[in-house]
Amino acid sequence: MSEKKAPLLEVKDLTVTFGTRKQKFVAVDGVSFSIQEGETFGLVGESGSGKTTIGRSIIRINPTSGGEILYKGQKINGPISRELDRELTRRIQMIFQDPMASLNERAKVDYIVSEGLYNCGRHLSEKERREEVDRALTDVGLLSEFASRFPHEFSGGQRQRIGIARALIMQPDFIIADEPISALDVSIRAQVLNLLAELQKKRGLTYLFIAHDLSVVRFISDRIAVIHKGVLVELAETEQLFARPLHPYTRALLFAIPLPDPAAEKNKQLLVYDPEMHDYSVDKPVWCEIEPGHFVLANEPELQEYRKILEG
Amino acid sequence: MEQEVILSVKDLEVKFNLRGRILHAIRGISLDLYKRESLAIVGESGSGKSVLVKTFMGLLDANGTITNGEILYDGKDLSKLKSEKEWLGVRGKEIAMVLQDPMTSLNPLKTIGYQVCEAIELHQGLKGAEAKAAAASILEDVGISDAQNRMHQYPHEFSGGMRQRVVIAIAVACKPKILICDEPTTALDVTIQAQILKLLKDLKDKYDLTTIYITHDLGVVANVADRIAVMYAGDIVEIGKCEEVFYNPRHPYTWALLSSLPQLGVKGENLYSIKGAPPNLFTHIEGDAFAPRNPRALKIDFVKRPPYFDVSPTHKARTWLLDPRAPRVDPPKIIRNLHREVSGHV
Repeated sequence: MSEKKAPLLEVKDLTVTFGTRKQKFVAVDGVSFSIQEGETFGLVGESGSGKTTIGRSIIRINPTSGGEILYKGQKINGPISRELDRELTRRIQMIFQDPMASLNERAKVDYIVSEGLYNCGRHLSEKERREEVDRALTDVGLLSEFASRFPHEFSGGQRQRIGIARALIMQPDFIIADEPISALDVSIRAQVLNLLAELQKKRGLTYLFIAHDLSVVRFISDRIAVIHKGVLVELAETEQLFARPLHPYTRALLFAIPLPDPAAEKNKQLLVYDPEMHDYSVDKPVWCEIEPGHFVLANEPELQEYRKILEG
Repeated sequence: MEQEVILSVKDLEVKFNLRGRILHAIRGISLDLYKRESLAIVGESGSGKSVLVKTFMGLLDANGTITNGEILYDGKDLSKLKSEKEWLGVRGKEIAMVLQDPMTSLNPLKTIGYQVCEAIELHQGLKGAEAKAAAASILEDVGISDAQNRMHQYPHEFSGGMRQRVVIAIAVACKPKILICDEPTTALDVTIQAQILKLLKDLKDKYDLTTIYITHDLGVVANVADRIAVMYAGDIVEIGKCEEVFYNPRHPYTWALLSSLPQLGVKGENLYSIKGAPPNLFTHIEGDAFAPRNPRALKIDFVKRPPYFDVSPTHKARTWLLDPRAPRVDPPKIIRNLHREVSGHV
């Protein structure tokens, strides 16, 4: 990934809070990262860490309470013009986690896939709309005659493909995939991951790939950010992160990946991350670039420790 | 491993009647479960793995019937039990189950303590304060600290992992002999998953349990299973010790399952994926059920259903590839040196 390219999406010091003053809950706290055009950016964390909230802020479902989200250099959070809003709705699309819950049970696939077309003011004729639907379905590996069926007639993997077709028909540049495969069987996971990778190659898409499982993200991502309790703790290129994980939480996540190898599994020690292990009472942690492209959240003594790991 | 059989399934067949059409969910399964072992049953959704264990507890849906075979447990044939009353002696007391989704398997209107005590009062005959003390100690056992106070809380005050611990506590509270875990970690995060699997392993030793794990993810069971049974289309296609199935898999379906694990994926290359869809169980299946999706299928696979061939005394597989007359077919490269692949990867 060359450094010179302008980022497609930039998130600066993003903060999202829920609730009113008395019961305020900070879901995302000062998160910054940028996504280059054409790359896949993995966002990994446990449930409740705020990873989905970040995705939803980018697509403007959750209002932000601080910071900036820039898309192609243009601010897209907060009040924006109507034209920009319409433009962004088309350019940024989302794929949801549970294909059983995210499709309208009462609508036919034809309508589900083309619903976005009705709303983006492209004024297509019926014939053009049909063609678009056909193309989207074929692109995700479904037959065009499936358009006249209802979602319940499909298996989980096929439903997820319908969800992807629904996103693709808008011809987006940027897709937020929120745990697109965690509700699927292992054998189907491979199919959906391959499809996403293939579509990216063919259409030059950019992905924000949200997941809780590092092993899945590794296969598809160029860079990975690890988030814990609303704060990014580490960000690096995929192989860098796997070769030299620095933050203890990243290491705990790596150790939690189940290995398909009984001998290795039986010798494995379980690593549990305890946030208490950091002594941040005096020295507050900072988000710091410890080697080119590798960021970690740490305070001064920890940084020295991490540098030693990198050298040794 | 101790070879005392605790539960024995012979030639089991289960059929479902769906609006007049007959679905053949279990197609002749024979299986011995040994005392104190942990057996993992692995397969895709729709392969019949959940249906199989539901027959052990009399939990088949009303339209499902056992049409053939027997399930022997403690001298009784469970497949002959009819009334709820007969089942109550087995369910919970002898065989208990942990379900997939901890969000839905607890009653949201009752406190955690009440729900654990309920099981204890029913099955151990303890009352009042005694039952409460027993519940607290079981909750401590499953790793819920400060159990005395947390007993008064409701399920919504617990996180997903903690709720699954409560469900496990309820299952164990009945002091069962066999614990069935139906996808115990599918709804949980990876970090929590590792903790729950460790907990189940510890409990198994502590309470002297025989455990059955059901999962679709072969990666998860490497750590917990002594034996693995791979199911496809209502049939066990391969069964063997954990190491045998991982390091020397023989059935093409097991190969396919192993190869499609994302842990083995290489960036920039396609992950292996199984082509096609599982067979339609409404129709009679000729030959090997996996043959249409198997790129290495032999001609005979489409004609005649393969018998079990023994690989070792503990390992057998249902594929014609093991017949002495079959041509030599090697497993895919990626899983041939699984141990090296994995250690090179992480």
